[in-house]
Amino acid sequence: MDAIKTEALTKYYGKARGIIDIDLVVPEGDFFGFIGPNGAGKSTMIRTLLGLLSPTGGTADIFGKDIGEKKEEILGDIGYMPSEAVFYRNLKVREVISFSANLRNRDCKEEARKLCERLELDTEKKISELSFGNRKKVSIVCALQHRPKLCVLDEPTSGLDPLMQKEFYDILEERNAEGTTIFLSSHVLSEVQRHCRHAAVIREGRLLVSGSIEDLGKTQAKRVTARGISAPPALDGIRDTAVHGDTVNFLYSGETKKLLAALSLLPLTDVNIAEPDLEEIFMHYYREEAE
Amino acid sequence: MVILRHELKQGRNALIIWTAVIAGMLSICILIYPEMKSQMDEISGMLSEMGSFSAAFGMDKINFGEFMGFFGVECGNVLGLGGAFFAALLGILSLAKEEKEQTAEFLLTHPISRKTVVAQKLGAMMVQIVLLNIVSAVVVALSAFMVGETPEVKTMAILLLAYLIMQVETAAVCFGISAFLNRGGLGIGLGIAALFYFLNIVANLTENVKFLKYITPFGYTESSYIIVNGSMEVRYLAVGLVLTAAGIWAAFWKYGKKDIR
Repeated sequence: MDAIKTEALTKYYGKARGIIDIDLVVPEGDFFGFIGPNGAGKSTMIRTLLGLLSPTGGTADIFGKDIGEKKEEILGDIGYMPSEAVFYRNLKVREVISFSANLRNRDCKEEARKLCERLELDTEKKISELSFGNRKKVSIVCALQHRPKLCVLDEPTSGLDPLMQKEFYDILEERNAEGTTIFLSSHVLSEVQRHCRHAAVIREGRLLVSGSIEDLGKTQAKRVTARGISAPPALDGIRDTAVHGDTVNFLYSGETKKLLAALSLLPLTDVNIAEPDLEEIFMHYYREEAE
Repeated sequence: MVILRHELKQGRNALIIWTAVIAGMLSICILIYPEMKSQMDEISGMLSEMGSFSAAFGMDKINFGEFMGFFGVECGNVLGLGGAFFAALLGILSLAKEEKEQTAEFLLTHPISRKTVVAQKLGAMMVQIVLLNIVSAVVVALSAFMVGETPEVKTMAILLLAYLIMQVETAAVCFGISAFLNRGGLGIGLGIAALFYFLNIVANLTENVKFLKYITPFGYTESSYIIVNGSMEVRYLAVGLVLTAAGIWAAFWKYGKKDIR
């Protein structure tokens, strides 16, 4: 069964664009990244899936249930972590966590205790005393303490220090290994590349591409760093050139044989030819789409 | 009942403060009554010279020298205006505060329907209003006992019930408006309570705008009418109940389909 399936899902805010004709499938048990720059429509997509926004058009099913008809049932299976971790300021951390569990009519004390311990979260502090990073931790506990079938995470790592980011992803990997579907939005491509199996790219409200991380990362382009020269070789397919002293860095899309032939004619002292990382590929992908 | 309990906890301090202030002022009003009573000849003469000002507060129809008359005017204003402000604040903030303080996203992504959220918030609002009025009634009874006065129980009960219904109506109207807001509506709430109060004063001043009494819930809390007739003015009360129902219906209707951004 698909954890998430949308067909032509559309949301307009009056005349302003939110998301347009999104067709997306996230299989159950997947670790899925939803990538896009700020304002692309990631949060609108997530808020529509969670029933906070009513879609203008199209359909969306979560575990085969329509989001409009079975919203409460669906939300019972979801753990949601919003990008802004905002809670009732006058409550203590443990009160917020307990309130969230009570709203689900579940006893999650043991799981909450384990999560708080792993995230080093002081449950006796008031929300108003917490930093953004610590509020994010509260958000993680509220999203995971009831062991949901689907975790929807909107920009989950912003505000978390690197150690906590690692711990957080360790928890997600464990949950995913147990069968939980993870759907996370991010504009940090490296974390999507590192943790997700599949991803989709959204730009200006429209889905550009969706597939496995491996397939999305496949490209003919090479990142070339050459020392001992002050300009790239005269070849078609060279772009994104940067010159620092006697080092030239550029992206080359074309035949490798031609590149090597051109480089062999130059007085190089060193050369490195590598696959561009996913971030680089997406940045170029965005630019190409924009052009 | 999780949200109802949560709302009561969130509003506990405000309820304690408002109740203490209103009940305290009611008590002070009653405790100074014996002194006022001894100067009543002088006060009655002064009131008779104030013309329409007396009419505006209904002081032309009741005997200010008797306990019920004094209570109806002096204490009625405290419980009426104070209670209306408290009820308006409860109503206007109830739903809108979740969006203003950005907690709506947290609350509404739990497996509870919007209808449940509205119903439990409405319930919490009513519990707080009833608690304030119960404490106020007890303080009134104790204060009256302390100054040796025995109020007419039926008239006093109708008067206090009228104030309670007026507060419920004010809260319900503001609650309905709250569902349409996505920022705080503090000014709107206070404005509505003040508007209701002054509409009644204006309606008392001249027959030409008597119809305003249908709009304001203070129309059926008029102590001069209740003390003289032993009941609330039914036509104003009926409109008030309709407005109460409309406010509650608007809250359920709007909040049920509202986009939470």
